[in-house]
Amino acid sequence: MTLTLKSVSKTYPDGTVALQPTELHVEPGEIVSLLGPSGCGKTTLLRIIAGLETPNAGSEVRFGDDDVTNMPVEHRKVGMVFQSYALFPNMSVKGNIAYGLKMQKLGRDAIEERVTEVIRLCQLEPYVDRRITALSGGQRQRVALARAFAPRPRILLLDEPLSALDAALRVTLREELAGLLRRFNITALFVTHDQDEAMAIADKVAVMSHGKVVQTGTPEELYRNPKTSFVAGFVGHAMQLEGQVRGSVLEMSGGRLELPRAGDDCDVYVRAEDVALDEAGPLKATVESSTFLGTHYRVGLSGLGARTIFANHAGQKSPALGSQVRVAMHPSALMLLPREDDRS
Amino acid sequence: MKLTLPKMLQIAVTFVTCAFLLVPTLQSVLAGVTVNYFKGVSSGLTLKWIGRVWELYADSIFLSIWLAIACLVCTLIIGVPAAYGLARRPGWVSRVLEEFISLPLAIPGLALALALLQLYGSMKGFRTSWTFILAGHVLYTLPFMVRSVLAVLSVIDLKTLEEGAASLGAGPWRRFCDIVVPNAMPGILAGALTVVTLSIGEFNLTWMLHTPYLKTLPVGLADSYASMRLEVASAYTLVFFVIIVPLLMAMQWASNRAQRIAQ
Repeated sequence: MTLTLKSVSKTYPDGTVALQPTELHVEPGEIVSLLGPSGCGKTTLLRIIAGLETPNAGSEVRFGDDDVTNMPVEHRKVGMVFQSYALFPNMSVKGNIAYGLKMQKLGRDAIEERVTEVIRLCQLEPYVDRRITALSGGQRQRVALARAFAPRPRILLLDEPLSALDAALRVTLREELAGLLRRFNITALFVTHDQDEAMAIADKVAVMSHGKVVQTGTPEELYRNPKTSFVAGFVGHAMQLEGQVRGSVLEMSGGRLELPRAGDDCDVYVRAEDVALDEAGPLKATVESSTFLGTHYRVGLSGLGARTIFANHAGQKSPALGSQVRVAMHPSALMLLPREDDRS
Repeated sequence: MKLTLPKMLQIAVTFVTCAFLLVPTLQSVLAGVTVNYFKGVSSGLTLKWIGRVWELYADSIFLSIWLAIACLVCTLIIGVPAAYGLARRPGWVSRVLEEFISLPLAIPGLALALALLQLYGSMKGFRTSWTFILAGHVLYTLPFMVRSVLAVLSVIDLKTLEEGAASLGAGPWRRFCDIVVPNAMPGILAGALTVVTLSIGEFNLTWMLHTPYLKTLPVGLADSYASMRLEVASAYTLVFFVIIVPLLMAMQWASNRAQRIAQ
C-alpha cells in the first residue's frame, strides 16, 4: 500500500506549531524512517498517520486510494508499535498477539492459525503463555511487533521502537528488527532520533527539523550529498570549517585549503573520517586531545578555527598531546553547503 | 535473647493494649452465650439468645445484606466509569470533582441524612422505601470506590494502553471492557469490599433515615441495646462479628494485592 501525505500540518490549541505543511510519499513495501532531534515533530507526524492525532484542516492522509484523514484509529487498520510497547498486562503473550484478530471478529481457527504463524515468524514460541511482566525488554519489543503485525495491517508504524532498551541490546535488536521488517514485506514507517538506527533499518530516510521534512533520500544520498548544514550535521556529524572562502580556496587560521569548486556564499563542512594527519598537508594544527577507540584514535585538533576539529586517525600510535601536526583534507571530501541564517 | 527492662516494658505495654481491646470484646461475646449474665458463666452456656436474635432481627440481617449488595452494584456502575473519567483527564477540573465526590466523608452522616430528609422527605413513596436508605449509603460509600479505583488507574499508562487497543481495532466500549476494567481489578476489588463493609456497619446516616419497618443491622443493634435483655444485645454483637470479620479479612487481602500490583 502506498502512503501519501498532502500538506499535513498540526497546530496545538495553545498555538504551538508541531508540524508545518508536510508532503510524504511511501511506496508499497518500502521501509521509511523519520529521523530528527526530539521536538522536531516526527512523532506527531506518525501519530497523525495512525489516527491518534487530528491534523489541521486542509491536511490529507491517503492509504492507497483510500482517504483516511477523518477515519478514527480503530478503523484505519494500522499496526502500531509504541515507544513503551503498551502491551496489555492483563493478557498473556498469546492474548496480546490475538487481540487485534479478535477485534476483526475472525473465527477461532483462523485466529489460532495466524497467531501461530506470527509467533513462529518472531521466534516467540518459548514465551507464548508467559505474562508480559515476565519478559525482558527485547522480548517485549518482539511481542509488540508481533501484536501490531498479526492483524495484517495496511502499514506498520513504529515510534522509537528501540529507545526503551539499553545500549548494548539496541545494536543487536536493530539488526533483528531490520530483518523482521524485511521478512514481513510490509510498508513501514518508523520514528527515531538515532541516525545509526535509521540507516541500518530504513530503505529511505526523511530527515526532519523544526516541524518540517528537510531532506528525503536513501541513507547513502543523505550521507554523501546533504542538502543543508542541518542534515550534514545530524547525519554523520559533519563539522563546519571556519574561514574565509575566496574563489575555490578556504583561508583558515591554520592555512589555506583547496575546495572542489568556487564556493562564495557557502559554508564548508567535513567529517572526522576525512580529516587526515599528513606531513605534507597544507594546514597547521595542535593536538588537543586524543581518545583511543579500538579501530582508530579520535584526535582533537585546535588552531583550525575557534572550534575543535576532530580527525579519525587510524595509525598505530597517537601523536603526542600539544604537538604540532600537519593536516590534509581531500577536496572531494569537503561539502559546500549554502550558508544559512543561524536558526537551526 | 535476654529480657532487658526496656524490652519487658515494651511487651507489657503491648499486652495491656491488646487486653484493653480484647477483653470487652470477649466478654460481650461470652455474655451472648451465657444463660444469665448476672450470675456469670457458672450459670451455663446456651445458644438460646442467638436464637432470639434470629427470631427478632432476621429481617434486619437480610435487609443489611441486601442493602450492601445493592449499594455495591450502584457504586460499581457509577464509581468505576467516574474513576476512569477522572484518570483519563487529569487537571484541575478533575481534582475539584474528586474533592467534591469526597465531601460526604468530611460531613457528619447526620448532616447528610438531614439534607436528604429535607429534600426528599415529602416524597412518601421514596421516603418509606428501602431505596431511601440506599441513596444515603451510595452517597457515603461512593468516594471509597472512586478513590480506590483511581489509585490503581493513575499508576498505569492508561492512555497508551488504550491507544494500543484502538490501533488494533477496538472501539471505546471494547477498550473499557478489555483493557480498563481488567487492569483496574485490584482497585475495584478493594473498593468493593470497603463499600460492602461500610454499608453493613453504617449507623449515623441509617439511624436518621430508617423507618420502624426498615431497620438495618446496626440500627437493630441499637434497638436491642435499648430495649432487650443484655444477653440478647450481646448475642446480637456476636452475630454482627460473624458477618463483618470475614469481610474485613477479605478487604485486607484485597488491598494487599492491589498494592503489590500497583508497585
